[in-house]
Amino acid sequence: MNTKFSRLSGADKAIMVFAHTVLGLFMAAIILPVIYIILASFIDPVTLQNSGLTFDFSKWTLTAYERVMSNSQIWIGFKNAMIYSVLFTIISVTVTLLAAYPMSRPDFKGKGFFNVMFVITMFFGGGLIPTYLLISNLGMLDTIWAILIPGAFSVWNMIIARTYYMGIPHDMQEAAEIDGASEMVYFFKILLPLCMPIIATIAMWQFVGMWNSYFDAMIYLNDAAKQPLQLVLRAILIQSQPEPGMVSDMQSTAARAQLAELLKYATIIISSVPLMILYPFFQKYFDSGIMAGAVKG
Amino acid sequence: MKGAMTSTSEKAGKPSVVHNTLVYMRQHWQLYAIFMLPAVLLTVIFRYIPMGGVLIAFTEYNPIRGILGSEWVGFSHFTRFLSSPDFMRYLMNTLKLSIFGLLWGFPAPILLAFLLNRILSSGIKQKIQLVLYMPNFISVIVLCGIVRILLSPTGMINMLLGTNYNFMTMPEAFRTIYIASGIWQGAGWASIIYTAALSNASKELKEAAVLDGANIIQQIKAVEWPAIKDTVLIQFIMSVGNIMSVGFEKAYALQTDLNLNASEIISTYVYKKGLLDGDYGFSTAVGLFNTVINVVLLVSMNAIVKKMNDGKGV
Repeated sequence: MNTKFSRLSGADKAIMVFAHTVLGLFMAAIILPVIYIILASFIDPVTLQNSGLTFDFSKWTLTAYERVMSNSQIWIGFKNAMIYSVLFTIISVTVTLLAAYPMSRPDFKGKGFFNVMFVITMFFGGGLIPTYLLISNLGMLDTIWAILIPGAFSVWNMIIARTYYMGIPHDMQEAAEIDGASEMVYFFKILLPLCMPIIATIAMWQFVGMWNSYFDAMIYLNDAAKQPLQLVLRAILIQSQPEPGMVSDMQSTAARAQLAELLKYATIIISSVPLMILYPFFQKYFDSGIMAGAVKG
Repeated sequence: MKGAMTSTSEKAGKPSVVHNTLVYMRQHWQLYAIFMLPAVLLTVIFRYIPMGGVLIAFTEYNPIRGILGSEWVGFSHFTRFLSSPDFMRYLMNTLKLSIFGLLWGFPAPILLAFLLNRILSSGIKQKIQLVLYMPNFISVIVLCGIVRILLSPTGMINMLLGTNYNFMTMPEAFRTIYIASGIWQGAGWASIIYTAALSNASKELKEAAVLDGANIIQQIKAVEWPAIKDTVLIQFIMSVGNIMSVGFEKAYALQTDLNLNASEIISTYVYKKGLLDGDYGFSTAVGLFNTVINVVLLVSMNAIVKKMNDGKGV
């Protein structure tokens, strides 16, 4: 469908120019702030506060990076976020894929009942306080389980996985049953290997979702040693309260505030690097996953 | 037991449904005991038990005495909230944030998809998409951190405008910040689904249209829009259904003491009242109120769509 630009009519040319311009502006709006923050993260805090960006390299410094990277809380946050995200992804994907299998079988008895039971929870819930009190009564406050378990089963992802299973030809299952394969064997040996694209997609969603969230950790975890990265970032970026050790050697309150400001830039860069490196590798799963979700809207 | 079941069904003259189900369950016990059990347990414990907990909304909840031991106060938390001067403000803040968010945020990805569809080289298109999707992977905290930096009195926006407003302290700027940053972060990602629907548009149909001399506007009207119409409709219903569940995380991370007039929404209020002030009963009542409105919206929306869409709901 590649129509040559020169063959287009005047009005169509105008539309093409418009399309490219708007897209270009949107991309600039995404890229410019990123470049601004990268540049600003290297600038001496006093200069940044007083005159903003500068290309006078004598005013450039690695102070912010040194201070952020030498602070243990950031690394504890990274480590916790990694542990929570990996474990959560494993638990969540397992529970979700398992439940999706019976729900995908036409002959499964009780499907209607389970379906109603699951779908209701997509629209109605007890809300914040009842859930919090339950977690508290179960003794899960301030433990890793409060982060990993309550949200592990995702009805939405179950529906997506089920839809994908239903796209696998049914004779596969009949053939396997005739060969005497049990449900377990069919599921693990035949069905799952055929579903790798959707499994990878769901795993990516769960991993990124856990890595980026802060609410559950904020309400369920008090212990600083258990805090995931996003809570550490929140203290620095939103509350402007970096770890005292990061700024305490500064003499005046003003200098401490300026430094705290500069630390934000470096913190944003450092915390975003891992996902940004992984991100292009995710790309091939984007379309397959989104389409699977669209099938059964 | 099997014998008893068989004889019952023989008496009835045909195999009973109960009997068939039991046989099925025994044959396929793994489906229930291994595949379904974890999901069912998690759902019952972490979704249904808290639903029972909404009774807290009708009590002066005392954590030591539990729900049944706490003083029963009926609807007094609800009347207290509904008659407080803050109620209208929080409700309107929530509604405005989501309705304006929908008005601006919903068309944005559709527009992007149409624009992307005009890019002729698929290599360039992929590179553009890589950039457009990227912000979706930034966390809420980092996004709000970036927003605060860019909008600070000495930040990039003020630098470009030649001003020094402190946008984060201006209630009138809050909604714009919230919605614009939402589009910045989400529009590219949300456009995937439309881009995919557009690429499913029949190639022959489009080639025929081009051969007939259809210009771009005509192609969009005759080929592209019909190809994504259903997707747009489904996405719209789902967005409307989520109108009252404005994300807590982002609103809370963009709040400052000075913009609360516009930025305090029901979910942040529930959090503050409940977990920070410990007013469990009242907070649960406010949360329940929010959920009920949401369910009503969703059900009525689905009914409207059924009417419009010849009895086909979602």
